[in-house]
Amino acid sequence: MSAPEPIISPDTVPRLSPMFRLQWEEAQGCHVLLYPEGMVKLNGPAGEILKCCDGVRSIAQIIHDLSVRFPAAPTLPDDCRQFLKTAHDNQWLRIDPA
Amino acid sequence: MTTNGSVSTLPKPLWLLAELTYRCPLQCPYCSNPLDIARYQDELSTAEWVRVFREARALGAVQLGLSGGEALVRQDLEELIAAAHALGFYTNLLTSGVGMDERRIRGFKEAGLDHIQISFQASSEELNNFIAGNDSFKHKLEMARLVKHYGYPMVLCFVLHRHNTDHVEQILDLAHALQADYVELATTQYYGWAMLNRDQLFPTREQVAHAEATAHRYQEKLKGRMKTLYVVPDYYEDRPKACMKGWGAIFLTVAPDGTALPCHAAGSLPGLSFPNVRQHDLAWIWNASPDFNRFRGFEWMKEPCRTCPEQTRDFGGCRCQAYLLTGDPANADPVCSKSPHHAALQQQVQAIGETQTGAVAPLIYRNFRNSKRQMGIAAPD
Repeated sequence: MSAPEPIISPDTVPRLSPMFRLQWEEAQGCHVLLYPEGMVKLNGPAGEILKCCDGVRSIAQIIHDLSVRFPAAPTLPDDCRQFLKTAHDNQWLRIDPA
Repeated sequence: MTTNGSVSTLPKPLWLLAELTYRCPLQCPYCSNPLDIARYQDELSTAEWVRVFREARALGAVQLGLSGGEALVRQDLEELIAAAHALGFYTNLLTSGVGMDERRIRGFKEAGLDHIQISFQASSEELNNFIAGNDSFKHKLEMARLVKHYGYPMVLCFVLHRHNTDHVEQILDLAHALQADYVELATTQYYGWAMLNRDQLFPTREQVAHAEATAHRYQEKLKGRMKTLYVVPDYYEDRPKACMKGWGAIFLTVAPDGTALPCHAAGSLPGLSFPNVRQHDLAWIWNASPDFNRFRGFEWMKEPCRTCPEQTRDFGGCRCQAYLLTGDPANADPVCSKSPHHAALQQQVQAIGETQTGAVAPLIYRNFRNSKRQMGIAAPD
């Protein structure tokens, strides 16, 4: 039997799927996700969050780090959790258990 | 860029397709290369290609397709990958796998190659080798395994036609067994070599319906594990494809001799001047050359496209198909039911469908001898 899908919880550690490459594109003026023959343009917050998905930091740490960098964004923790779920649903992320 | 407000509104060539060579060990009779491949002997040098990559990157290109012919024939491929990677391209190697071995797969990885797409001709050795015109199936299997072993994202491409469309289930089982991340069930595009062989390659409506249903079943079954792309042959549709997402909109092809084209098939169109990267920089070619502006935007359109509310969705379809099927590349793609040529295309499709496979002429394979024959400069048998 396959293992149950890891749940996105504060302790889990997200990292970019090896199917994708994240980089800043000067011509697009934004971060992009590159994959075989395709590209996803990311808005500012999405790019910042994905940059933090380094396979080292937990979701709680990522939210903490971003809250320190962007103190004027009160909805940041919820936005961040919601985007991480979307990114996981899109298979941009692998999420390792705590 | 900021001194002239109009520059920012120009489209950017996101995709650079570098057709490094038209030399190829395979002879697929639906090859997307032009019929006159024998004309393209004077290939760009390593340094010339690197200059093309740099100029394309400066224009905003980010996806680079390294293609052919068979790109592996170029012994400087590792060097070209390294240069493209250093420029920030996402590098895609589009290959038959013939000419590849573990040493090169490792070398490509070290050079920074992002992705390898291997084309198969069928799911069985016999049919694969019949279509490819060589004995390559077992080697392809071995290369696919190595591509995954070295951690590349892997796309497998199967070009579908009458002879393999019934095997979509076996094709997808094979792709899954090889751990493909993505399978492209590419429908044959009827230009060039495929047009020459159209009556022998075009699948029946029943075959297409079966293949489509099978592809959808696998899309559900393998959701999250293997993505499957399937597109119905556009002759069976009543709206055209948004070919190249518009002329001179995001795609830029450079042929082996440096000819720059808005699409790899556009060399067959009349009235183009074929700017070459040896004479012009890419910025001029993309932004200012007559060829890249010839069908850009909507001004060039004739009726029914000119006043059609769907023009922003499909851009009038494919210029090459309009030319091949109506004689005028500025006409609507006759796949569209609004085209006055649509009924004639449907009659052709019906006539092909009634053709017995065994009764038609043998396949004309894609090779330099047949190319010379098509160009009218061939020696007799």
